[in-house]
Amino acid sequence: MKKSGSKLSGAAIFFESLKQENVEVIFGIPGGATIKIYEELYDIDFLTHILAKHEQGATHMAEGYARSTGKVGVALVTSGPGATNTVTGIANAYMDSSPIVVFTGQVPTALIGNDAFQEADIVGITRPITKHNFLVRDVKDLAETIKKAFFIASTGRPGPVVVDLPKDVIADTHTFDYSGKVEIRGYKPNYSGHKNQIKKAANAIQKAKRPLLYVGGGVIMSDAAKELTELARKNNIPVTMTLQGLGAFPGNDKLSLGMLGMHGMFWANMAVNNCDVLVALGARFDDRVTGDIDSFASKAYKIHVDIDPTAIEKNVLVDLPIVGDVKHIMSELSEEIKEVPDRTKWLKQIEGWRKQCPLTYKTDDGILRTAYVIEKISEKTKGNAVVISDVGQHQMWIAQFFKFTQPRTHLSSGGLGTMGFGLPAAIGVSMGIKDKPIISISGDGGFQMNIQELITAVAYKRPIKIFIINNSFLGMVRQWQELFHEEKYSFTDLSEANPDFVRVGKALGIPSYAASSMEEADKYIDKALEMTDGPVLVEFRVLKEDMVFPMVPSGASISDMMIKRHNPIRMV
Amino acid sequence: MKHTISIIVENRFGAFDRIATMFSGKGFNIQSISIGETEVKDLSRMTIVTSGDEVIIQQIIKQLNRLIDTIKVVDLTESDRTERELMLISLNYQKGSLEEIKNICDIFRGNIVDINNRSVMIEITGPPAKMDAAVNVFAQYGIKEVARSGTVALKRGEQIKLPVKNQV
Ligand SMILES: Cc1ncc(C[n+]2csc(CCOP(=O)(O)OP(=O)(O)O)c2C)c(N)n1
Repeated sequence: MKKSGSKLSGAAIFFESLKQENVEVIFGIPGGATIKIYEELYDIDFLTHILAKHEQGATHMAEGYARSTGKVGVALVTSGPGATNTVTGIANAYMDSSPIVVFTGQVPTALIGNDAFQEADIVGITRPITKHNFLVRDVKDLAETIKKAFFIASTGRPGPVVVDLPKDVIADTHTFDYSGKVEIRGYKPNYSGHKNQIKKAANAIQKAKRPLLYVGGGVIMSDAAKELTELARKNNIPVTMTLQGLGAFPGNDKLSLGMLGMHGMFWANMAVNNCDVLVALGARFDDRVTGDIDSFASKAYKIHVDIDPTAIEKNVLVDLPIVGDVKHIMSELSEEIKEVPDRTKWLKQIEGWRKQCPLTYKTDDGILRTAYVIEKISEKTKGNAVVISDVGQHQMWIAQFFKFTQPRTHLSSGGLGTMGFGLPAAIGVSMGIKDKPIISISGDGGFQMNIQELITAVAYKRPIKIFIINNSFLGMVRQWQELFHEEKYSFTDLSEANPDFVRVGKALGIPSYAASSMEEADKYIDKALEMTDGPVLVEFRVLKEDMVFPMVPSGASISDMMIKRHNPIRMV
Repeated sequence: MKHTISIIVENRFGAFDRIATMFSGKGFNIQSISIGETEVKDLSRMTIVTSGDEVIIQQIIKQLNRLIDTIKVVDLTESDRTERELMLISLNYQKGSLEEIKNICDIFRGNIVDINNRSVMIEITGPPAKMDAAVNVFAQYGIKEVARSGTVALKRGEQIKLPVKNQV
């Protein structure tokens, strides 16, 4: 630490602040505006710095780390292009409410607004995609601002915070003081929930004949899986989860209905349609979940618990809103609910739907399908792994066929749907999670969107299973083209454009394999799971024209579910 | 329906932009917006006139509250309030019409604040509807330019309390 009198440089204050926040890893790329910070970093050993290949990758890494560990993820990039490259990563974290802090270099304060070299108004650019952002104009505000940034990112409904650091502020000196309590008068998240509302909710749930818990990512963020499991099991209430909610409740429990929504389980959507009390917990009635809003759970008394008041009645009018932390509120609900009515009839009805339209796929033709691959990974790991998906068909098959049993073991870009999220996020996960296999599963299209981070995985010997589901198509778009756009496969066929993934892997020194049959898939999954020393890559060459079902066409009612190809059947 | 929303906001770099960005990003409309200092040094008051059904207005208020820089958000529409606007209006006049203009100006309790041999500038304050009426009446003389401040409003009687510790 370089001292001038008792004063520290802005760069030293920066790292002292990170130390106070217990930051153990940061992801970044240096540049002119941050060169002083990197000079300081040269002698710092309390944290690890991962040099990404692209700033989008660095931000996804920070998010992967944050979501798998529950801690704040940190990225550090330079001004101008370094900063603008983070935009997709920040927007992704915003849509999925992930706590990350992105530090961006900035030109010296005197040059701001002059179109100086590598200047970009990143605070202006990121205003609609951050929970909050700061431009630090004076070194005396630096420590306090960093403290506020971590506080805002990690409390209430979490989200990304950008802190813009002009070069002169970093060079300037000031005393370091991190002792103050964060006091932001315009920001007071409410955790407790209204007592009377909770009583009313408990009453409604207790009386319900056909209750259903609809669980979103909020339950995972507030570390409330235990409270959820208790609430569901004690009261015999089935649980359906959104993409982001998977893992909040054990997928192998008989009360678990799996995912609901566009590619959700038939029985889960049927349960939504027929329940008499719907309890939304840390979920936001996203259009991919509800389909046509007016027919969503139209028979149900709706209770909505969320820490963010704006999430309530944004999309759906509810009967009973409760603003607060789902963790607190669920444990109070459990306490309030005294009697449990007999719910066997309701659970039987759901079992009936489960049998009516089970989730299946073909195996007798010997062709390798994604569903098979996912099911095998799930079986072989017994669900004890962190699975990071990318975006597309494979993402939905993972949600359908992998039995997630623990929170923070399923990471996916749900809100923004960012192709290219998976691989860098998995690198981030690997920096925080040491006791589980880390499995990155991407489509052949999305994998190429941040393929450069393969090099990062190699450079830092990240023990990641890099699984590529190669259907030689931009599969999800192809599926829509087949179903809704007259089979015009416009620019989705990648068979001529794809690289040889095994050779790409080998060129970087990664043990790389390709599986074209079910036997080979089994063999290489086993092999990959055995390897713990650095990355391993397996390309699964799967059926090209496979499609994800069930499917609710965009905007349709969830009772207009398509169950099979060319055979849409209407649910009752 | 029209709603007048009063917002106490940190008087800080970017705070105004954050609110404007939220309105445009969410597709909420703004009919008028005004911002100025308050009795507390580092706080500003913003008055926004917007419109929408009950659900939209509720969302607007929640979204405003969610911003870190907003301290207090009040929908004044349901309360007893005073709304005022200031308008400067510049008119052409011909020989003979000046007297008429002055009479109308008096009816609106306006002041002539600038005059030359071709045009006259009038200052009018009052409820926003009065501005509309004045513009309407003056239109016959040929309006050169209009500048309106946007609505400012305060609840009557009991006022919105500001955090005491910040009082100067
Ligand atoms: C950055 C980005 N660009 C475009 C899209 C639109 N999109 C959604 S799914 C998809 C196809 C994904 O193909 P692939 O990665 O091969 O996965 P698959 O669907 O075949 O499993 C595309 C192009 C997107 N979600 N993200």
